[in-house]
Amino acid sequence: MFTGLSALWFALIGLLWAGYFFLEGFDFGVGVISPFVSRDDTDRRMCLNAVGPVWDGNEVWLLVAGGATFAAFPLWYGALFSGAYLALFLVLLALIVRNVSFEFRARIDHPGWRRAWDVANFVGSLVAALVWGVAFTNFAHGLPLSKAGYTGGLLGLLNPMALVGGLATVAIFAFHGSVFLSLKTSGELRQRARRAAAIAGSVAVVLFAATVVWVAAGGRPWATASGALSGAVPLALALVAAVLLAGAVLLIGKGREMLAFVATGGAVLLAVGAIWSLMYPMAIPASSGAVVPGVAGVPIALAASQPYTLTVMTIVAAIFTPIVLLYQGWTYWVFRQRLVRPLSGPGPGSPRTTPEQLAGSH
Amino acid sequence: MALDLARWQFAIVTVFHFFFVPMTIGLGLMVAIMQTRAYRSKDATWDRLSRFFGRIFLISMAVGVVTGIVLEFEFGLNWSAYSIFVGNIFGAPLAIEGLFAFFLESTFVGLWIFGRNRLSPGLHLATIWLTSAGTIISAFWILAANAWMQHPVGYKIENGQAVLTNFWALLGNSTLWASFIHTVTAALATGAALVLAISIWRGHRDAHDQTQREAFRRATRLAAGMMLVTVVLVAISGDLQARLMDVQQPMKMAAAEALYNTQNGASFSLLTIGNLSGQPIFQIRVPHLLSMMADLSWNGPVQGINQLQAAAAAKYGAGNYTPIIWLTYWSFRAMVGAGILMIAVSAWGLWLGRGRRFLESRWFRRAALAGIGLPVLANASGWIFTEAGRQPWIVYGLMQTASGVSSVPAADIAFTMAVFVAVYTTLAVVAVTLILRAARHDFDDVAEDAASDAVASPGLVY
Ligand code: HDD
Ligand code: HEM
Ligand code: HEM
Repeated sequence: MFTGLSALWFALIGLLWAGYFFLEGFDFGVGVISPFVSRDDTDRRMCLNAVGPVWDGNEVWLLVAGGATFAAFPLWYGALFSGAYLALFLVLLALIVRNVSFEFRARIDHPGWRRAWDVANFVGSLVAALVWGVAFTNFAHGLPLSKAGYTGGLLGLLNPMALVGGLATVAIFAFHGSVFLSLKTSGELRQRARRAAAIAGSVAVVLFAATVVWVAAGGRPWATASGALSGAVPLALALVAAVLLAGAVLLIGKGREMLAFVATGGAVLLAVGAIWSLMYPMAIPASSGAVVPGVAGVPIALAASQPYTLTVMTIVAAIFTPIVLLYQGWTYWVFRQRLVRPLSGPGPGSPRTTPEQLAGSH
Repeated sequence: MALDLARWQFAIVTVFHFFFVPMTIGLGLMVAIMQTRAYRSKDATWDRLSRFFGRIFLISMAVGVVTGIVLEFEFGLNWSAYSIFVGNIFGAPLAIEGLFAFFLESTFVGLWIFGRNRLSPGLHLATIWLTSAGTIISAFWILAANAWMQHPVGYKIENGQAVLTNFWALLGNSTLWASFIHTVTAALATGAALVLAISIWRGHRDAHDQTQREAFRRATRLAAGMMLVTVVLVAISGDLQARLMDVQQPMKMAAAEALYNTQNGASFSLLTIGNLSGQPIFQIRVPHLLSMMADLSWNGPVQGINQLQAAAAAKYGAGNYTPIIWLTYWSFRAMVGAGILMIAVSAWGLWLGRGRRFLESRWFRRAALAGIGLPVLANASGWIFTEAGRQPWIVYGLMQTASGVSSVPAADIAFTMAVFVAVYTTLAVVAVTLILRAARHDFDDVAEDAASDAVASPGLVY
């Protein structure tokens, strides 16, 4: 019962991260790709508005993943975040500047002001995607641990393999985001988003494959731990993810935007699945060293909360997750139409002239 | 060193978060009420007001959200030993807060911003109410976590970890309910004070514009009423908290008064000149008030710092169990003093309002404008009192703050703290500037026919 529950929560936390990367992945991607596909202020606004109604809700997946880790695996939460102190700090900083950029940019109609927040949105999305990618590649490969946990600092995380993984993540998100943009916009912007998607997608396929090979070549000291899955499972998941990415490049080339989006999203989910199946049964796998002598990592059973807490959490999650999924899904339905470039259109630097914009709450 | 830095960092990022939180909670409800009036009466005035204050609400919320994200990870970053010790219990309300509250507020605020022309008016109204509910539910869960640190219940200690034994005890914690009512009513009072000040000022400034003047006169009345009701509730619930504190954390009570020796019928000092070491130069005292606060009795005993320190040392071993006295003493007075002034300002406003005279009184205008600072001061000092007064405990009676800290190099904490301070200062300057701009904004007269083309394509809001 106990191990069953902790395994269940290990999987659920993986799902929360996967959901987070699926959703915020395209938000980040739109942020990264926007400078390349926008020709004027209106284009940039269309990019922001494509994710406008949903980005905040998407980000809550991260908060729930963090909170659930705290509740279900206190040791994982405590050891990992203090160990990866500066890396997490970088992500938080990136999220701060990016998140306020949406609201702040719209407030003052001045080209310099808008430029500044455009840069903030771009840099914030880029840095967040890169650091998440670096971190998760390290998790897949395992961290050098000592009795005090991970103490290698930021530089220890920035090894060449992880950097390639980070770049792969940026490319995958940029791909996922441009496909999303092509789905949500119309006219020239949509065409440019498709072209950008084809380029980002090709880069993503190559970088992702390189990361998979590099991680697989690294071996897994914890592979012999009881419960560890055969290496074939993560490899198979990663391969399917790679095929989906490649397929999405072809699909977007053919103009099948919706299918391409399903494929890029599927690739993101499967990639997280591959990492999680690699890590199991460790919450923090060790590439070398150990916290507990003879155990290559921090096992989930050691990190887990007691059954009572896990049971409470399971009941709460079982009741409320479906409700959340329903209303988040409904939001996407409400905003399903494509954005149309305003006809009476404001040129660069002179937005908000159409009545419907005035009617907005801002 | 690392400990002090971690404490400073935590204090800075939480107090900063809490500058914006009460504004968001308070304005959220005010905007929902305004929009409801607009919906019910089909009156354009309330509709304009709800949009006008809606802008300010969104600026505040944007900053509240980003600073909150930092806090979600702050426990793991700087307090990992603490996190491992309490995670079984503390993590649950935090995770539930995300699932119940953050999803609600962030999803529906998106629908509210972008859905104005896409949802039916009734549904659009529902989105702001759900957003507002989200902010209040969020307060409940985070306070559940905090209340457990102040007064642990429903747990046992197993293998050096606190383990949850009764989830309902966590939710029924008396500390939680007192603190929830106090904090939320304080937040509503904060929002009301802000609406009051802006409305008074605009009503005066827009003397030439009958529409706007009349609108802001109405907003003034709503805000003054809201503020009076909520501040009175704040005072009542604060009194309730003081009584719980006397039982649960007597040292905090003694520190609040700098009461060194146990006394029957203890008095309460409004002000002390000189130092707080027990021999003040000058004090204004209200006889018996401290005993009344503590347990509602005229001559009841209130324990003193010296006796409590000795008792704690006997129970937990040698050590310093006394918080920083000047900090608790003055932060408590700042909060209560601000509360009393807030009652006065709002009551004065309502008195003037009987003759619709708010906008004419220059002195009331000044008082209302100065009044924005009062809840801000009271919120910050309330938290500083609550948190600093529980020192040296991070979990009262179970774990000391010094044992909770992460083993992160001091240089890393110092570096991140410097960057946080720089970034937060910038955020504060930008947010205040934008709020001031929004407060000067004229009502944008909405083209009534806009709705028809907006349905075809979502508008560009950002
Ligand atoms: C009494 C209320 C209260 C208190 C004591 C705190 N917060 Fe807070 N928090 C809110 C009330 C709130 C809110 C009203 O729900 C916010 C403010 C602005 C907003 O949009 O939501 C919010 C936002 C907010 C967010 C972003 C949510 C989102 O993206 O929608 C996070 C992650 C946290 N908070 C976390 C924390 C943590 C870890 C705290 C403990 C130190 C904390 N908050 C104290
Ligand atoms: C948003 C409102 C809050 C404010 C303004 C606030 C303020 C503070 C301050 C000033 C300190 C430093 C005290 C000192 O070191 O003397 C502190 C410490 C702390 N508070 Fe809070 N707090 C808030 C909410 C919370 C909540 C809701 C929790 C838990 C859920 C919490 C948990 C802690 C912890 C873990 C510490 C660190 C240990 C310590 O230094 O005492 N705080 N807080
Ligand atoms: C008017 C008389 C007031 C009294 C008697 C009072 C009493 C108290 C007490 C005893 C506490 C500490 C609770 C604890 O540590 O267990 C507290 C905390 C607090 N107060 Fe007040 N208070 C008053 C006014 C205000 C006002 C006007 C505000 C803000 C507008 C405010 C905001 C807070 C906050 C934010 C906290 C920290 C959160 C909490 O512990 O609930 N208080 N108050």
